[in-house]
Amino acid sequence: MRAGAALALPRRAALALALFVVAMLALPLVVNSYIVSVLVVILFASYFGQAWNIVTGFAGQLSLGHALYVGLGAYTAAALFTHWGVLPWIGMLAGVVVAGAAGALIAALSFRFRVGGVYFALLTIAFAEFTRILFDHFGWVGGASGLFLPVSSRAGADLLHLRGSPVMFYYLLLALTLGALTLTHHLLRRRIGYYWQAIREDEEAAQALGIDVFRYKVAAMALSAAMTSVGGAFLAFYENNLYPDTVFAIGRSIEIITAPIIGGLGTLFGPVLGAFVLTTLGEAMTSLSSGFELNGLKQWCYGAALLLIVALQPAGVWPWLRARLGIAEVRR
Amino acid sequence: MTALLEVRGICKRFRGLQAVDDVSFAVPRGGIVALIGPNGAGKTTTFNLIAGVFAPDRGSVVLDGADITGLRPDQACRAGIARTFQVVKPFGGLTVLENVMVGAFKASHDRRAAEHSALEILGRLGLADKAEVAARSLTLPERKRLEAARALATRPKILLLDEVMAGLRPVEIDAMVRTFADLSREMGLAILLTEHVMRAVMALSHHIVVLHHGQKICEGTPEVVSRDPAVLDCYLGAAPAGGA
Repeated sequence: MRAGAALALPRRAALALALFVVAMLALPLVVNSYIVSVLVVILFASYFGQAWNIVTGFAGQLSLGHALYVGLGAYTAAALFTHWGVLPWIGMLAGVVVAGAAGALIAALSFRFRVGGVYFALLTIAFAEFTRILFDHFGWVGGASGLFLPVSSRAGADLLHLRGSPVMFYYLLLALTLGALTLTHHLLRRRIGYYWQAIREDEEAAQALGIDVFRYKVAAMALSAAMTSVGGAFLAFYENNLYPDTVFAIGRSIEIITAPIIGGLGTLFGPVLGAFVLTTLGEAMTSLSSGFELNGLKQWCYGAALLLIVALQPAGVWPWLRARLGIAEVRR
Repeated sequence: MTALLEVRGICKRFRGLQAVDDVSFAVPRGGIVALIGPNGAGKTTTFNLIAGVFAPDRGSVVLDGADITGLRPDQACRAGIARTFQVVKPFGGLTVLENVMVGAFKASHDRRAAEHSALEILGRLGLADKAEVAARSLTLPERKRLEAARALATRPKILLLDEVMAGLRPVEIDAMVRTFADLSREMGLAILLTEHVMRAVMALSHHIVVLHHGQKICEGTPEVVSRDPAVLDCYLGAAPAGGA
């Protein structure tokens, strides 16, 4: 672990990662379709959490409106597909451009006028909310009554048109999550990663060291938004229907940030672990409480479990587990 | 001696307060100049005007022949000015080495090169054995050193030290003085410092500029300044002196 170590990742971390990947690759072969659908939910949460973690966990700018970029990615790809038959992969690229530009614009507007901290967070909510209302009245994409993709068989795997079974989506999302992990790891070892974290820790000190704080904050937001929109496009083709009130919902923005916070804000693997913990917890509570006729028991237990995690491990589950396993999330 | 940094008649007004009023001085290449004065004399404001935190209302700042008046702090840093903060600002969640690497990335995009140069600077400042420690766990004297190390890592033409000795014990002060005297001599580094600790000012500086109520009241060698009646007045509050 001394400086200049030749290994990018220490051996133990590489081994743990390899085990994780193998287990994830093998899982759909041994579990039933219900578990696969839960795993898909977990992977969506991991990926969105990883994307959000870039701007908030690493660059330290609190965004509470990431549903905006989910929605822009989802609607761009879905609308281009239903109207003009544009391939989802092309539509996804268009979504990346749209969401990246939206993220950059919102960040540039805020930071140019020195809106920061909680006020920046409020602004991100405002943009997500008014986009939701805008889409409620946007006839070309169905307005409030929704946009529907032609439903096809849920069997095969038409990768080109993103039509296929949940297992296909599972593997696509797994690739996406691993891709995000690789990208984040790579960025953290570069100058930009160091600069983002310096800005997160102390903006004034960062600026005094020659960092163009504005530029790096805008870049973090643009990248985070663009990554989020890719997940949004997959979400559209997985769920086949889009309503502004659910896609752009503030509840979704909150969901996105919960996994990384539980898992460990500003860590590489925290968002992934957080997604596993949270979703599993939620599902477990559902099945446990199904025998009782008590309304809200699930939410109550879920909330209590979250409180417990936050109280006992405020830095997140991953830093705790990592220390136990002796895994270093090395950046050099 | 040619001047590396030239401050020409800078003024800064905050609401009703004339914080800095027509202050001029110069720092020669490799020179160590101290900016002293009682609390509220305008030392830190002068620093901030040089480092780009505020733009002066009037006057100019010239570094190595280039006008850097009104540049942002990051631009001033890229022009060759590095500064430390009176209240230290470590990147607490990063390790000591990572803190210094952030500074070193100014000179090089390459991680290995940044790491190499950061380690060398940590060695110079006696922090080599703390490289892998989280910055938030450092003691105050160590934090002050880290602050200087990070600034030095940007390979500045001039280093601005804002009360780096404050809160240190005499032994630690002497060690810091030695460190900076060595740095200046070996690297040809120019230093501008503000300081209340006279022990350090007298030991370190070649030239002293005295500010009072935002104005320069005296400048010269330590011997000259320490005997100047106006300086003694403003520090000791003797009989009301004419002028000021």
